Amino acid sequence: MRTVRPRSVIIWTAVALVGAVGWAMLALARGEEVSAVWMVAAALGSYAIGYRFYSRFIAKKVLKVDKNRATPAERLNNGVDFHPTDRRVLVGHHFAAIAGAGPLVGPVLAAQMGYLPGTIWIVAGVILAGAVQDMVTLFFSMRRDGKSLGQMAREEIGPVGGAAALVAVLAIMIILLAVLALVVVEALAESPWGTFSIGMTIPIALFMGFYLRVLRPGRVTEVSLIGIALLLLALVAGRWVAESSWADTFTLSPGTLVIWILVYSVIASVLPVWMLLAPRDYLSTFMKVGTIGLLAIGVLVTLPTLKMEGITDFASVGDGPVFAGSLFPFVFITIACGALSGFHALISSGTTPKMVQKETQIRMIGYGSMLMESFVAIMAMVAACIIDPGLYFSMNAPAGVIGDNVQAASEAVANFGYTISPEELAAAAKAVEESSLLSRTGGAPTLAIGVSEIFSQVFGGAGMKAFWYHFAIMFEALFILTALDAGTRVGRFMLQDMLGNVIKPFRRVSWLPGIWICSAAIVAVWGYFLWVGVHEPLGGINQLFPLFGIANQLLAAVALAVCTTLLIKSGRLKWAWVTGIPLAWDTVVTLTASWQKVFSGDPAVGFFQQRADYQAAIERGEVLAPAKSMDDMHTVVTNSTVTGTLAALFAVLVILVLADCTRVCIKAIRNPAGTTLHEAPYEQSKLVAPAGLIATKEEKEELAAVGTGSPEGSEKRGESG
Amino acid sequence: MNTLRRAARWMRWYTREFTDESAYERYVAHLRNHDPHAAVPSRREFERKRTDAREADPTEGFRCC
Repeated sequence: MRTVRPRSVIIWTAVALVGAVGWAMLALARGEEVSAVWMVAAALGSYAIGYRFYSRFIAKKVLKVDKNRATPAERLNNGVDFHPTDRRVLVGHHFAAIAGAGPLVGPVLAAQMGYLPGTIWIVAGVILAGAVQDMVTLFFSMRRDGKSLGQMAREEIGPVGGAAALVAVLAIMIILLAVLALVVVEALAESPWGTFSIGMTIPIALFMGFYLRVLRPGRVTEVSLIGIALLLLALVAGRWVAESSWADTFTLSPGTLVIWILVYSVIASVLPVWMLLAPRDYLSTFMKVGTIGLLAIGVLVTLPTLKMEGITDFASVGDGPVFAGSLFPFVFITIACGALSGFHALISSGTTPKMVQKETQIRMIGYGSMLMESFVAIMAMVAACIIDPGLYFSMNAPAGVIGDNVQAASEAVANFGYTISPEELAAAAKAVEESSLLSRTGGAPTLAIGVSEIFSQVFGGAGMKAFWYHFAIMFEALFILTALDAGTRVGRFMLQDMLGNVIKPFRRVSWLPGIWICSAAIVAVWGYFLWVGVHEPLGGINQLFPLFGIANQLLAAVALAVCTTLLIKSGRLKWAWVTGIPLAWDTVVTLTASWQKVFSGDPAVGFFQQRADYQAAIERGEVLAPAKSMDDMHTVVTNSTVTGTLAALFAVLVILVLADCTRVCIKAIRNPAGTTLHEAPYEQSKLVAPAGLIATKEEKEELAAVGTGSPEGSEKRGESG
Repeated sequence: MNTLRRAARWMRWYTREFTDESAYERYVAHLRNHDPHAAVPSRREFERKRTDAREADPTEGFRCC
């Protein structure tokens, strides 16, 4: 029995107070500008409380993690993919694997409803849902030797639920890739600086790949440092190119960029991993960790004020230009990754669980990493809200709404209730050396403006704004391109597997025709959506991003459903609410969103209503704004049919999985003795390792007793056991 | 000074672990731990096998959105 120490009571009361004051300042400051420090305080205070109390409760009471039970890393240690990894290293690996463009883009778009709804969901969502999902999935996968989410679904639920989960993962991956590629296209179109520097990452990665393969195998740190130096050189050179006679060569229209990206993705996903993918992974991981770290420092040093309102009118009316729909459910759909991300379940099952040293560490690795990701989302929210709202809306509204010149944009923004003069719009573009910032949708350019604002205050002053803007664009584009390559490979792998059931040679992963055909097929499918997004008269992000959010959140529903089923099957019915409540909430949110996307009578929200309206107009021979021609009208009709069908398909797949889970749960509740769990048998652990970041006094004593007490001693210990 | 050196050593260790640069030494140590005279692959062979393994299963080491 632990006694409550007065010191700890005082500390945690103080932490709670910091968080509470932060929230109070955010919520109560109406009509005046609030410092971002309150947002940071609210988030960090809440995270600390959530981590200290809720994650501890889940680990001890719900999952009953056992420090005496050997993990797969210890039992199956093969020195390669199964090996006990220091918790501080693994937290870094896991964080680098889960954090990507998602948490940076979602909050930027959600800022259209003001900073408050998004911030509340990012913080509350991660504590009660997102981090819980990651940690519980990690736990169950760890108890099953690192099985993937799909395998767990098949084994523990059944073939129907398992197959539906598999198809859902593939479909969701396609939409994810299309939307990520769309973000890159929106960021690089008509920008010679950005296009040149991103283009240069290909030869840099090829050089790094050659270096690691032939010159000095395995020297990752040195080659990454060389790579980053070259990357910064490419970034500086981008400005020279943009000012030189080559500028035209690198000024590409969105349509041309789409072709290049598709060609790149097919070739990149067919090339051997060592050539392009592995070195790119190193580069983007370094850039990611570095930039996120710098951003955190920048926000804390500059403490900018938020210019966006707490809650804008778009929150209640639901007619915002960035994405249509009301606060419920669309804020939750749009934020996605920063609060709850289904994709993390794919990382939490699979790679990470094979490397956990001690069961007790999943709290730090699963829950802790997700809190860090949520903090990244908070910083993205800060970056989006410190820029002038007038500029924010000019950048994020589709061209069909705000027109293609600063004059028209200024007037359109005035209609939204914000003021920005045409001169100010032109000056903002000039400050970052872009020809125009109008309708740079997709979140990345807006984030880049916010980041350049923050960074230039710390490093280099206003003169460095353009550099930092392109730095931020490059950093996002870099890991999105890596994701396109890796994602296409995963999609191809699944497709090869499915086709292999019918045509045998497809099974062989080294069969070249199979690789080319499957890679091209996967790229063709997501490329179709990318093409549609770029040419969509209603705005690609506006149409596709909600679909991406729905897909991601539905995947989270699958993961939470698997977790809840496993909690019940393993005799933890009493605690099933821990994942059950987030599951119920997530299901209500996403199915409502899907329902509205399919059936809503508002043409801005419902895909089929949109289709009907445009179809009727075509029959009358009319052109409805923002479409400009009959061709545009037909495009809208086709696109809304496809996207609407897809939204319905996602929902059906997930309902299938949920129904199958419910069946299994009811069976398990009726007859608890009759359930079969596919858990790996218990084995006594021989390793000694602390649970949290800092070893407690008792843990230090245990470590000293086995002779690995010093902090450096622990680094050599992974092997011996 | 001592603290500084320790911090630098810790940073070096962390970077090597984080980038998985230490994978080869770890693997050799693992083999030798079971059999002191085990035949170990050269670093080149080992690193090749490691990257090529990702070819066979791209879900290994997959990163998120």
